[in-house]
Amino acid sequence: MMTERIKKLRDQSLNSINRISPERALLITEFYKSDIVREISVPVKRALSFKYLLENKEICINDGEIIVGERGPAPKATPTYPEICLHSLDDLKKLDTRPKVSYRVNEETRRIYRETIIPFWQGKSNRDRLMNQMFPEWIDAYKAGVFTEFQEQRAPGHTVCGSKIYRKGMLDLKKEIKQAIEDLDFLNDREAFEKREELKAMDIAASAIIMYAERHAERLLELAATENNELRKHELEEMAEICRYVPSYAPRTFHEALQYYWFIHVGVVTELNPWDSFNPGRLDQHLFPFYNKGLTEGTLTREKAIELLQAFWIKFNNHPAPPKVGITAKESNTYTDFSLINIGGVKEDGSDAVNDLSYILLDIVEEMRILQPGSMVQLSKINPDRFINRAVKIIKTGFGQPSVFNTEAIVQELVRQGKSIQDARNGGASGCVESGAFGTECYFLTGYFNLTKILELVLNNGYDLRTQKQIGLKTGDPENFKSFEELMDAYDKQLKYFTEIKLKGNNIIEKIYSEYMPVPFLSLLIDDCIQNGKDYNAGGARYNTSYVQGVGLGSITDSFTAIKFHVFDKKTCTMGEMIEAIKINFEGFGELRKKLVYDTPKYGNDDDYADNQARKIFEIFYESVNGRPTARGGTFRINMLPTTCHIYFGEVIGATPDGRKAHEPLSEGISPVQGADQKGPTAVLKSAAKIDHIRTGGTLLNQKFTPSFFEEEESITKFSKLIRSYFRMDGHHIQFNVVTVDILRAAQKNPDKYKDLIIRVAGYSDYFNDLNEDLQNEIIRRTEYEAI
Amino acid sequence: MKGIIFDIKKFAVHDGPGIRQTIFFKGCPMNCWWCHNPEGIKSHEEVVEVVKPLDDKVFIEKETIGKWMTVEDVMNEIEKETVFYDESGGGVTFSGGEPLNQFDFLLVLLQECRRKNIHTTLDTTGYCNEIKFRRLLGKVDLYLYDIKTIDDALHKKYTGVSNKVSLSNLRTLTEAKENIILRFPIIPGITDTSENINDLKAFLGSFNHNIKEVHLLPYHKIATNKYKRLHITNQMEGVRSLEKKDLTGLKTEFEKEGYIVKIGG
Repeated sequence: MMTERIKKLRDQSLNSINRISPERALLITEFYKSDIVREISVPVKRALSFKYLLENKEICINDGEIIVGERGPAPKATPTYPEICLHSLDDLKKLDTRPKVSYRVNEETRRIYRETIIPFWQGKSNRDRLMNQMFPEWIDAYKAGVFTEFQEQRAPGHTVCGSKIYRKGMLDLKKEIKQAIEDLDFLNDREAFEKREELKAMDIAASAIIMYAERHAERLLELAATENNELRKHELEEMAEICRYVPSYAPRTFHEALQYYWFIHVGVVTELNPWDSFNPGRLDQHLFPFYNKGLTEGTLTREKAIELLQAFWIKFNNHPAPPKVGITAKESNTYTDFSLINIGGVKEDGSDAVNDLSYILLDIVEEMRILQPGSMVQLSKINPDRFINRAVKIIKTGFGQPSVFNTEAIVQELVRQGKSIQDARNGGASGCVESGAFGTECYFLTGYFNLTKILELVLNNGYDLRTQKQIGLKTGDPENFKSFEELMDAYDKQLKYFTEIKLKGNNIIEKIYSEYMPVPFLSLLIDDCIQNGKDYNAGGARYNTSYVQGVGLGSITDSFTAIKFHVFDKKTCTMGEMIEAIKINFEGFGELRKKLVYDTPKYGNDDDYADNQARKIFEIFYESVNGRPTARGGTFRINMLPTTCHIYFGEVIGATPDGRKAHEPLSEGISPVQGADQKGPTAVLKSAAKIDHIRTGGTLLNQKFTPSFFEEEESITKFSKLIRSYFRMDGHHIQFNVVTVDILRAAQKNPDKYKDLIIRVAGYSDYFNDLNEDLQNEIIRRTEYEAI
Repeated sequence: MKGIIFDIKKFAVHDGPGIRQTIFFKGCPMNCWWCHNPEGIKSHEEVVEVVKPLDDKVFIEKETIGKWMTVEDVMNEIEKETVFYDESGGGVTFSGGEPLNQFDFLLVLLQECRRKNIHTTLDTTGYCNEIKFRRLLGKVDLYLYDIKTIDDALHKKYTGVSNKVSLSNLRTLTEAKENIILRFPIIPGITDTSENINDLKAFLGSFNHNIKEVHLLPYHKIATNKYKRLHITNQMEGVRSLEKKDLTGLKTEFEKEGYIVKIGG
C-alpha cells in the first residue's frame, strides 16, 4: 500500500514534464570563467567545480518528501554538461520538438545558452576535443554506422556502488586520503605528484558532499520552523539530523542508509553525466542489516521501511537521462537512465542472499510500477523457488520488470576476467545486462558494433554503399569465393580491421577522459582509487574493463546461414544473384525472398545448421576484441546487447541475405530475428545457450508471452523452471514481454513478424499464427477485456 | 523401424507434469466429431496447401503433413530437451492421433525412454486389443486416459467405434495400479449431458481404482481452419467454444466425488 504522500510524490514524478534546466550549465560556466581555474591541476579543478555546483545549486525539497536531494532544481528538470557536450540552439530546438524522448526548452534557457553557454564552450567541450582527435578511418566507419561511440556525449561511468558507504562516512574516507598522501613516495614514485593532486581533489569532493548535505539540513530546519503540522515538523527536524550525520559518518539506521546513498547518487550525476547514472546495486544486501536492527530495536517498522523505499524509488524516477542527440540518441533512445536494482543472488561467502527485504523490494517494484529505477532479480541455483516464483508473478503483469539474471554466470564471467571470487559474488549486473564487480570495478561500455554491417561490407569488397566510399579492406570479390569458409575468412579479416579501428579510437578517448575529465567524487566511492591515488577514469579502480557491444547476432547468423544454405549447399541461387537481390532490395526477387524468409534454417530453433554460424561469429568477434589492453591499464572484453541500437544499425544497412528488407531493424541482443523462431521458447533458449556466455560480460535475450499464459498457478512454476533451465545452460540474462492487445493486433497484420508469439487459448497454449482469424479476434477481444 | 509423426511440440505445458515435449502420432481408429487434431486421423501422409504471406503477396505451396521417423530420429528430438525435463520434472508425452495405432513403434520408444530415465506420459483412448495393451504395463509413467461417452451407441455415433475395449483397458490399467489421469472432453450436447455425466460417475463407481485426478477439456473450435485445409467436413460447425466458467459446475460435481479436478490439461 502507498501512503497518501507517496501517492502524491509518485504523481508529481509521473506528471512532471521532462525539461532542460540551465542551472548546472550556468554554474559550471561561471566556475570555468573564474581566475583560479588557470592556476590549478585538472583534478583539483574538477573537484572545485564540483564543490561550486553543490554550493550554489538550488536546494529542492518536495512536499512530503522523506528522502531529499534533486539533481536539478525540480523533479525532471534535467541539467546539461557543456564541458562534455555542448548543445547548439538547433539541438535545443530538436530536443524541445522531437516527437519521442523530448525535453522542453523554454525561452529563458535558450537565451542563457545563446548569450552565455554557447559563446564560452563553443569548440571547447570534450566532445569537440574527442572528435578532433579521431582519425579518418575511424570517422569513416563511424559515419557508415559500423560502430557507435558511447563517450561522445556522456562520460564513462557504468559502475555501481558497493558496500563501502554503509561502512564508512566521508570523514573516514578523508582520513584514508590523508594517509594515502602521507604514504606517497616522492623519492621513487614518478607519479607521486599527480597522485597527490588527485588525492587533494578527492578530499575536496568529500568535503563538498558533506557541505551539500548540510545545506539540506539548514533548509529542512527552515521548513520545520514554519511548519504547522506537528508531526511533519518533527519529521523535518529528524531529517535535518540525518543530513547532518550522513554522509559525514557511516549510517546507523535504515533511513540514514538510504539518505546517504541518495546524496552520493546526486553527487555522481552532478559531477558529470556518466552512463547509467549511478546505481545502489545490491540493495537488499546493503540494507538488510539496518532493516533487521531497526525492527529488533523497535526503531523501525516494516511499514516505515516500505514507505522509505517507495520514496527512494520515486527519486530515481525524477531523473530522466541527460538529453542525448544525434547517433547517441539513436543508440539509446529512452528517458531511462539504467539504474538497475539487483535483488537476490549470493552473499560474499557464496550462501543464499535472499532475505525478507528481497521480497519487500519485489513488492515495491510491483506496486510502484514506474520506469525508474529498473529492477532485476539475480537468480542463483541456491535461491529458493518461491523467490523466482514471486518475481514471475510481477513479470506476468507485463511491464517488463524485473528482468532475470543468472548469478552463477555473472560470477563465472567475473572470475574468468580475473576478479577474486568474493568481489565477483558482491557483483551483479548493471545498465542493461553488464556484469560488474560492484564497488571495485570501472567498466566502460565503449560503443555498439554492427556485426551485420561487416557482412554487407564483405559482400561489397569493403565498399560502403550508403556513404559511397571504400571504407573497409578489399577482402576479394565474393563471387569468386569457392566455399563458405572463404566467405567466413573474409568476414573475419574485415571484422578485425574494424574492431582495431574501434579499439584504437577507444584508447585515445580513454586517455582524453583520464587527462581532461577526472571524476574525483566518483573515485571516492570505487575501490581502490584512494589507495592507488588514481582517478576512476584513469585506471584507479581495482579492476578495469572496457566493453565493445556486439549487436544483431540473429540477423548476422541468419544472413550467413542463408548464403551457406542457398549459395553453397543447395545451390538454389548464385552469390551474384544473392548480391544483386539485396542490392536492389529484392525488387523482382520475390520468389528468392520467400525462400529466404520461409524455407531457410534460422537461428532460434535449436538447429545446429543455423546455430553453428552464431557460434562461429561469436568466436570471431570474441577473438578480435577480448584480452587486448586498454589505455588506462584495463582489458577489452565483449558483450552482446543493443539498447535501441538495432534500429539505428538496421537503418544504415541495405537488404540482407536473411530476407530482411533495407533499413529495417536488426535482431536485438542475442534474440532470434523477430519471428524466425518457430519452435517455442525452449528451442530459443537452446540456441541462445550455444554461444559461450561465460566469456562475455553480458548477453541480452528477449522473449514474449501473452498474459493469459500465466492464468494457472502451475504455469508460474513451469515458467520459473524454464528460466532455471536456461541458467543451467549458463545463459546470462532473460527478459520477458508479456504482450498486450496492441501486439496481437500487429501480429494479425504482419503474421510473418510474430511467428514466435505463443498465446493461451483455453486450457492449452498455441501459436497465435496457427489460429484462425475468428479465434484471433476472439482472443484479441478477450485480451482487451482483461486489460480493463 | 519407422513411425509416422505429424507434429512435435516443444514446451508443452498441459500434457503432464513439468515442461514436456509432445510427440504426435499420425493415425487414429476413432473419428471424433470434435477432434482438435484432424490432421492426426489418417495414418498416411497428407498434402495440404499452406499460405506464405510476404508483403502484399501470398505464396501458396503444397506441404506434406506426416513424416516417417526412425526411433533414433524421435529419440534425438526428445533428448534435445533433457535439460528442461530435468529442471522441471517433465518429460515426453506421446499423443496423437492415437499412439497405440503404431504400437510396436511406441513400445520401442517407451523402452528407450525408460532406459534413459525420461519420464513418459501416454495420451490415449486405450483403443487397442487387450493382449497387446497389456504389454504396456510397467512401461509408462503416466496415462492421460480419454473417456468420451459411456453409452456405446452414442460412442459409435460420435467417434465411429465402440467404447468397450477402451473401458475394459482402463480397468486393466487400474488393476495394475498404473498412474492415471482421466481426461474427459466436454462437448456441448454430446458428452456434457446429465445422462452421460451420471453414466460416467456410475462407471467409475462400479470398480475399484486408484484414479485421483480428472481433467475436463472444454470444447474449442480451434481446429476450424485445419478442417478447411484438409477438406474434411466439420461436424461441429457453428458450435461455440466453451469457457472456463461454463465448466465450474461440472468441476464441483466431480470434486464432490473426491477427485482433483482441473479444467484443461
